[in-house]
Amino acid sequence: MDILLPRTLDEALGLKSKHPEAIAFAGGTDLMVELNLGRRLPRMALDIYRLPELRQWYIQDGTLFLGAGMTYSRIIRELPEFTALAQASRSVGSPQIRNRGTIGGNLGTASPAGDALPVLAACDAEVVLARDGDRTRTLPWHRFLVGPKKTAIEPDELILGARWHVTRGPGSFSKVGRRNAMVIAIASLCLVLDEDRHAVRVALGSVGPTVLRAPEAEAFAADALAGAGAWGDPAAHVPPQVLEAFGERVAAAARPIDDIRGTAAYRRHACAVLARRALRWALEDRLPGPGGGGPASRGARC
Amino acid sequence: MLIRLKVNDEWRTADAGPGASLLHVLREQLGLLGTKNGCEQGECGSCSVWLDGELVCSCLVLAAQAHEREVRTVEALAGPDGLHPVQEAYLEAGAVQCGYCTPGLVVATADLLARNPSPSEAEVREALSGNLCRCTGYVKILGAVHLAAQRLRGRTA
Repeated sequence: MDILLPRTLDEALGLKSKHPEAIAFAGGTDLMVELNLGRRLPRMALDIYRLPELRQWYIQDGTLFLGAGMTYSRIIRELPEFTALAQASRSVGSPQIRNRGTIGGNLGTASPAGDALPVLAACDAEVVLARDGDRTRTLPWHRFLVGPKKTAIEPDELILGARWHVTRGPGSFSKVGRRNAMVIAIASLCLVLDEDRHAVRVALGSVGPTVLRAPEAEAFAADALAGAGAWGDPAAHVPPQVLEAFGERVAAAARPIDDIRGTAAYRRHACAVLARRALRWALEDRLPGPGGGGPASRGARC
Repeated sequence: MLIRLKVNDEWRTADAGPGASLLHVLREQLGLLGTKNGCEQGECGSCSVWLDGELVCSCLVLAAQAHEREVRTVEALAGPDGLHPVQEAYLEAGAVQCGYCTPGLVVATADLLARNPSPSEAEVREALSGNLCRCTGYVKILGAVHLAAQRLRGRTA
């Protein structure tokens, strides 16, 4: 296996265009497992971990750009106010894995269980791709993630990062697994309240061929919160039946299968539970005072 | 391919085979057997080392990626005056049984205490969540971490 070690993004894009068969990798936490187990030995690999262009994040004109080389550890340290993203990052593997694993890797591997992916979906992220000659294009997450471990990336392209409009409002990521750490999700969910647009956005992981949104449940919840007067008044009472019905609608949007980690029926049930809880947390987080989540979560952003 | 890396403060050259991991180079090429090979999937943490100051599973680092980088292994912990306080604490607390997981756990513990000298129980458990031990049941290990934290705090106080 030849290993290409470019020092700049331009150099990397030139190499990728010349050697489209080269596997691009950053932290290598997915690729190395395959190499170690002898599952594959690519002829060529392109190390993009060192490229400074991919290791940055910034907010410009209300849009967050998250470089593909951002590790989960750095997200936890540097972007804690993006609560759901930080929570998802903290649930990835172990400290050792979080020090290496990157957002770009999660996108490139495109596992339905990729922990950051429901957050990107709930935030309506776009994936930024680049190819040689200063050409970039963006795809909305659902046109980039097209199936289990399948993306719409072209062989001569690299993932630059993801970006989305920053919105104000509480949000969370939660997942069901068999233990507390080092676990691949049986079901995962990201819920975000968009206080400015009066929208509820919810995305599911590990319960379909790729990450899924639940548009019908989202519209239901947004209307129900409007009906209860909750958008204008965080203290307004939202009846428990709303949470219950929201959970059921989210579960109905799942397309789970039976596999080694869980049955389809269990996964669907888990979606309902996660959705109900996430909406309750979000509503509680909006409340002022000791009952609420406090300034940190009230100021949360997606 | 030939790579050059700074291991425990000494520049070394190694011939990494195609697709070889940093773990493989450390053990087979450089003779540093303290770093253990447990699972080669990042699941057990026995191969934990520092790469440019960050704790990583060396089995999940392509050796070529360590080219011109700095690696610290468990061998760097003990000094001329003897064992590192974390190593002492593991011995005293009886946190070592078969010993296979010990280097990885010792390294993860030292990493935690360098960042957070007074970790809570939850923080200790999270910091060690990437390291598996199949003998101890973890109780003695958690005791060792708290003992080491106390000692290290006493030292700097």
